[in-house]
Amino acid sequence: MLRLKVSDRQEITTLHSFLTLVFSIVTGMLAISLIFLISGANPLYAFAKIFTGSFGSIYGIKETITKAIPLILIGAGLAVAYKAKFWNIGAEGQLLLGAIFGTWVGLNLGESLPFYIIVPLMFLAGFIGGGLLGAIPAILKIRYSVNEVISTLMLNYICAEFLTFLIVGPWKGKTKFGFPYTDDLPESAILGVISGTRIHYFTLILGILSVLFLGFLLFKTRFGYEVRVIGENPNAAKYAGISFFRTLLIVMIISGGMAGLAGVGEVAGIHHYLSYPASISSGYGFTAIIVAWLAKLNPIYVIISGLFFAGILVGGDAIQISLNLPAATVFVFNGTLLVFLIMGDYFLKHRVKLQWSRT
Amino acid sequence: MRKIEQLEMAGITKLFHGVPANKDINLSIRSGEILGLLGENGAGKTTLMNILYGLYQPDAGQVLINGKPVRISSPQESKMHGIGMVHQHFMLIESHSAMENICLGYDAAPLVFPKAKLKRQIIEFSRKFNFDVDLDKPIWQLSAGEQQRVEIIKALFNGADLLILDEPTSVLTPQEIKELFVILNKMKDEGHLIILISHKLDEIMELCDRVTVLQKGAIVGDAETKDVDKKILARMMIGRDVIFNIEREEIPSSDRVLSVDKVVVTSDKGIPVVSNISFDLYRNEIFGIAGVSGNGQKELVEAITGLRKIESGSIVLDDQEISNLSPRAIYDKGISHVPEERIKFGIAPGLFLYENAILKQHHLKKFASRLSLAYNTVKDHTRGLIESFQVHAPGISIPTKNLSGGNIQKLILGREIDDNPPVLVASHPTYGLDVGATEYLRKQLLKRRKEGGAVLLVSEDLEEIFELCDRVAVIFKGEFMGVLKADDPKLCDIGLMMAGSLRI
Ligand SMILES: Nc1ncnc2c1ncn2[C@@H]1O[C@H](COP(=O)(O)OP(=O)(O)OP(=O)(O)O)[C@@H](O)[C@H]1O
Ligand SMILES: [Mg+2]
Repeated sequence: MLRLKVSDRQEITTLHSFLTLVFSIVTGMLAISLIFLISGANPLYAFAKIFTGSFGSIYGIKETITKAIPLILIGAGLAVAYKAKFWNIGAEGQLLLGAIFGTWVGLNLGESLPFYIIVPLMFLAGFIGGGLLGAIPAILKIRYSVNEVISTLMLNYICAEFLTFLIVGPWKGKTKFGFPYTDDLPESAILGVISGTRIHYFTLILGILSVLFLGFLLFKTRFGYEVRVIGENPNAAKYAGISFFRTLLIVMIISGGMAGLAGVGEVAGIHHYLSYPASISSGYGFTAIIVAWLAKLNPIYVIISGLFFAGILVGGDAIQISLNLPAATVFVFNGTLLVFLIMGDYFLKHRVKLQWSRT
Repeated sequence: MRKIEQLEMAGITKLFHGVPANKDINLSIRSGEILGLLGENGAGKTTLMNILYGLYQPDAGQVLINGKPVRISSPQESKMHGIGMVHQHFMLIESHSAMENICLGYDAAPLVFPKAKLKRQIIEFSRKFNFDVDLDKPIWQLSAGEQQRVEIIKALFNGADLLILDEPTSVLTPQEIKELFVILNKMKDEGHLIILISHKLDEIMELCDRVTVLQKGAIVGDAETKDVDKKILARMMIGRDVIFNIEREEIPSSDRVLSVDKVVVTSDKGIPVVSNISFDLYRNEIFGIAGVSGNGQKELVEAITGLRKIESGSIVLDDQEISNLSPRAIYDKGISHVPEERIKFGIAPGLFLYENAILKQHHLKKFASRLSLAYNTVKDHTRGLIESFQVHAPGISIPTKNLSGGNIQKLILGREIDDNPPVLVASHPTYGLDVGATEYLRKQLLKRRKEGGAVLLVSEDLEEIFELCDRVAVIFKGEFMGVLKADDPKLCDIGLMMAGSLRI
């Protein structure tokens, strides 16, 4: 009988883990080539297009940076939650609620306040919105042992429906000819862009600063220490007198809040009004999960992995147009890569052998 | 039919990040032999056995079974070759029952799990060897001693010819150790091969035919046990003489520090496991709690240190009620705690050494401001700890799980004792320490006692209890069977008290 033998790998060197990463990406690309072949495209041409579409052209680079902004913000927040082994997969909803909170501030206070007051207020509101939504699963988990994967996932749908309800109902814009959009944000609440691009630099700077801050928080502070002890060994955390309630609550407020910031950035920097959930976010909250893992849960590395995945998103858009592939191609691309990254991680941590054995 | 008549390790070398843990080791054992493996903490004993068990691959050298070289690249392969191992730290799945853990990886188990039948087999099997475990309890509800028994049953049940036991007796009572030895001798007569790692030289002398001594990864001695004695072995191991019986000077105990009054504690299942226990602890005193593990001592310790709520009664420290306070509040008031299960509670295994050196103290002013941790101070502090408690580690910026078992224990002990806490609650503090480190720790405890500290020592090791304690309480089924002074002649009946058949 053919048998799989799996055992834990006890020692892992840095070189080994780096090579595994490269190998996973390369084999992932090979698998994607197969998908291209099946859909009748030349894989080499497609990859060339993806590259020129993302990092290989001025336009591509601009778009890649634009899309990296939300991924970096959310990815860094998720890294903090995952470091505490709190599986937050609700960033999509947290982003949307942040966008809703921020837009409300912008629409209602924007006319009367100058740029330098209204913009920080909007981001603050967005952080609070996302943070509140993040706090719910934390409380549910600690007080009532509700599994956070389920609660965070479910809240995504609630937020998406809530947003849809707002734009077709009470918040429907008077200037939008009956379309389900809110009115445009007033001038003072709209973020400036680097000219000739869609890069809303305020959010970009905010993203980089918060990544640095979270890196500091996680690895240099007392709080970060407690987060890591909880993630490493909850029993030891209890023994050390660390409060789970306080720590996980703050972790999830940060994690949700970061997604909320991204939501405000998308509305105030790109769309300028609220519309359907899918157009506000295009799945950043889920893509950021991969971003956080690829960065090995280190907020600083999230900058690199965020840019990488933004490049894939943008390159995916490019081949979709030039090769006439269906819109879902990017998701297939992303998903395939994720599967290979996870497999790589598995083979890094385990030794797997296929063997013939009698009986 | 036996798979192994003779096993040999030839020229085995194992490096971790370039640092050798085993250097050119040659070792052989044949059917019907018990081989003792001795060496200081960090000498490389566990590493060497993990190579046999398939967890590590050697960088050089090979393993030969019956003269033929074999490659053992996974624990499954090692099991196929007839090798079984009981690890130094339990490797059981917490949420599964003892029974499920025993059957895990049991090759003879058919696809559809015949629970009743297997259970009958296991019960029969464990009865043969006099092991008493509740098979349906999940592992996390079992005491260390009970878990140890599950591990041993598991290895035996899987039909190992060569049984490796890595410090199997550390958490067993003398009675249980005797029973284990009867089993091991029986296995030996049946032609099994046994490798025993132990820091207890008496056990090695009693049980083993031959002994091999490791020092810093290399073999420094090899002898038939009949040709040597404890003293010689200790000298081979650490290169100097060890004092086995330390002098405990008489100190009158002074003021009361801790008063436990009619405390009732329930288990995780809600069953009372500590019923109405009362005792006082004084300065300049070491108070021992002896008993077979699983009789409530774990829960009592958890109640005193804040890890478990008490149902009724009171715990008073220096005239302040501390029952049901948080572990941190209790620590801050002056009770340190060396936990029973060091890997499970004592450390965060993946964090660096210096991060674990301040676990529980990371909130103190000397290490942290409101926001940030003073990592430079922490590192200096860690270097100091390592130095004074002789923790052998390749560096302080390595994951703590890479330390040897005894060195992890030394790190925890250092962390908890270094601050001179008014009260130290220590469960099995010398668990896994080599003779040199044990001697050092005992001296430290006596020093604390002399300086006015109070120590609550929970142990199954009676020798340790007698050597250190001023008073001894014997616990059985959550009650004290009696509290006796160390020089009370009635202590010779302690075995009866531990078994619950005598109350004084
Ligand atoms: N996975 C690992 N990575 C790096 N170093 C390791 C690893 N495992 C063990 N070591 C190192 O190898 C040395 C030998 O460790 P080992 O666990 O074999 O000691 P030991 O003789 O069993 O000690 P003890 O009596 O304390 O259990 C130690 O210095 C330890 O730090
Ligand atoms: Mg060991």
